[in-house]
Amino acid sequence: MKIKLSYWSANILIVIFLLSIWFLSSFGAGILFTEYLDKFQIGGFKVGFWFSQQGSIITFVLIIVLYCFLMNRLDKIYNSEGE
Amino acid sequence: MDLQFLTYLIAGASFALYIGIALWSKASSTNEFYIAGGGVHPVANGMATAADWMSAASFISMAGIISFMGRDGAVYLMGWTGGYVLLALLLAPYLRKFGKYTVPDFIGERYYSKIARFVAVLCLIFVSFTYIAGQMRGVGIVFSRFLEVDINTGVIVGMVIVFIYAVLGGMKGITYTQVAQYCVLIFAYMVPAIFISILITGNPVPQLGFGSKILNEDIYLLDKLNLVLNDLGFNDYTESIRSKIDVFCITAALMAGTAGLPHVIVRFFTVPRVRDARTSAGWALMFIAILYTTAPAVSSFSRLNFIDTIHNSEYQTTPQWFKNWENIGLISWSDKNNDGIIQYGPGKALENTKPIFSNQRGESGERVVLNKPSDNNNEIYIDRDIMVLANPEIAALPNWVIALVAAGALAAALSTAAGLLLVISSAISHDLMKKIFRPSINDKQELFYARLSAAIAIAIAGIFGIYPPAFVAQVVAFAFGLAASSIFPVLIMGIFSKRINSVGAISGMVSGLIFTLSYIVFFKFISPELNSPDHWILGISPEGIGVVGMLINFFFAIIISSITKPPPEEIRTLVNKIRQPS
Repeated sequence: MKIKLSYWSANILIVIFLLSIWFLSSFGAGILFTEYLDKFQIGGFKVGFWFSQQGSIITFVLIIVLYCFLMNRLDKIYNSEGE
Repeated sequence: MDLQFLTYLIAGASFALYIGIALWSKASSTNEFYIAGGGVHPVANGMATAADWMSAASFISMAGIISFMGRDGAVYLMGWTGGYVLLALLLAPYLRKFGKYTVPDFIGERYYSKIARFVAVLCLIFVSFTYIAGQMRGVGIVFSRFLEVDINTGVIVGMVIVFIYAVLGGMKGITYTQVAQYCVLIFAYMVPAIFISILITGNPVPQLGFGSKILNEDIYLLDKLNLVLNDLGFNDYTESIRSKIDVFCITAALMAGTAGLPHVIVRFFTVPRVRDARTSAGWALMFIAILYTTAPAVSSFSRLNFIDTIHNSEYQTTPQWFKNWENIGLISWSDKNNDGIIQYGPGKALENTKPIFSNQRGESGERVVLNKPSDNNNEIYIDRDIMVLANPEIAALPNWVIALVAAGALAAALSTAAGLLLVISSAISHDLMKKIFRPSINDKQELFYARLSAAIAIAIAGIFGIYPPAFVAQVVAFAFGLAASSIFPVLIMGIFSKRINSVGAISGMVSGLIFTLSYIVFFKFISPELNSPDHWILGISPEGIGVVGMLINFFFAIIISSITKPPPEEIRTLVNKIRQPS
């Protein structure tokens, strides 16, 4: 039972960590401090504008990839301990 | 070869492909009809999810809307993709572990209540039908413009195709046709985008062309666009006009709504294992991101191209596409200063938003509109929906590219329509018939009801397409707010809390839905004249109010659950079970 509890807690930690990145890249960089980021420019993009129209989407994909990786690892650890 | 012939050829070939796949993958049990037997490969499911999700709105309308909204169009880009993060992290793996057929299935069992299941079915049907009507309109537009048939004929052809593969094949047929449709639609979206990116910036990757310098000029595309728009009296393209709180709420409502859309969730029931559900969500978002990172580039290219081609040009020498779209009534030009030259600028060109055409032609040969001209200098009315469809013509690309775009738009509309029809039919046959009203039916009878309700749903969707109720276009965007305020919170609470009980969940769903629905109905239908930031609660538009509805849902569910009896022991066991991947 103890192992199961820790699996769930680890799961929650991973989710909270990834959702904070999700929030920062979209609501943060794309909306709340987007004007501040606009002062910087990469190529033809103002950084805030880029986050709101492209950067956040790319970050979302990376978040899910990272999630799959972390969860598969967690599953593995959990399964070997369970045996 | 002429455009119409090419369009028939390419669209016809794609239709033949879809039907062929349907015949090959006919469903023979309810398990296959509802969840394709649960054996879909995660990459295939990712593609199918992407096609299921990307509707006529994503393919046809989105880039056009962003084109005219500029930076604030980001709400759609972020909102419609960010929901996948919520879906992948908070819903898909657990619902897959639960492992039943429909979304109301989960709500019904987790909240041990037929009423909860029934309320979930109602929310699902309401959300799905508002959404499906938009798809049928998309099919109609494409048919009437590119195949020059009547819109009604177009809708009927679309209905027949969807009927064949959705009713015969069920989820199994839909899944593999959606894989094919994804390939068609992404190819059709990317080819013109790449062409135009090369033409304007010399960069073959539209995502990068978006941030590049204009070919042979020393100015970045976005800076040039700002300059051109400033000259005409518009705000900067890269500047936000809406209030922050509104942008925030609309984005959040679209995200939560996306994660709560039944036809998307149910796709994750079709993969073999929990880990496949996670991987599959990753693939789905990657496939979607290819289109969604291209769309804002297309928006900026097409806005610039449109102004370049149209502004200050003589009507009689405008390219053929301008007249074609004028003929079907999606563009109009009223020569306010009688100089025979088209002037474009900020503000509405006509008094009532949509043009009302007379049968006469004006001095330059344009269609005469009966609307009173407004008192600004803008002479052009343009329906935002045509930007993507007209884009290849505006950029003078070869005919086969234009035909391809038509086939892609049809793929996007049909794939989404089929996915929606399937969740409607399974909610009726499985949740209403089998689980509530007639539990004694066997698998074969249930399959029959599933097919029957799919057929009826297609007929209703078709009627919406032929006689579009005036409210449809306005309501589609609100399907998200409704999903966010009704379905999404109870799914989350069902997984992450063991304390929420049936009374709590039902009152949460009902309060969230009623609040959101009344806010929307009030501002859109009862008092549309009050629909402005001064009258909105906290400055939140009806598009974004779903977030507040969602919070109300959470609030009531938690408060009411905490003062009533906790759920029985077997529900705690069920929740523990879905939290474990194996």
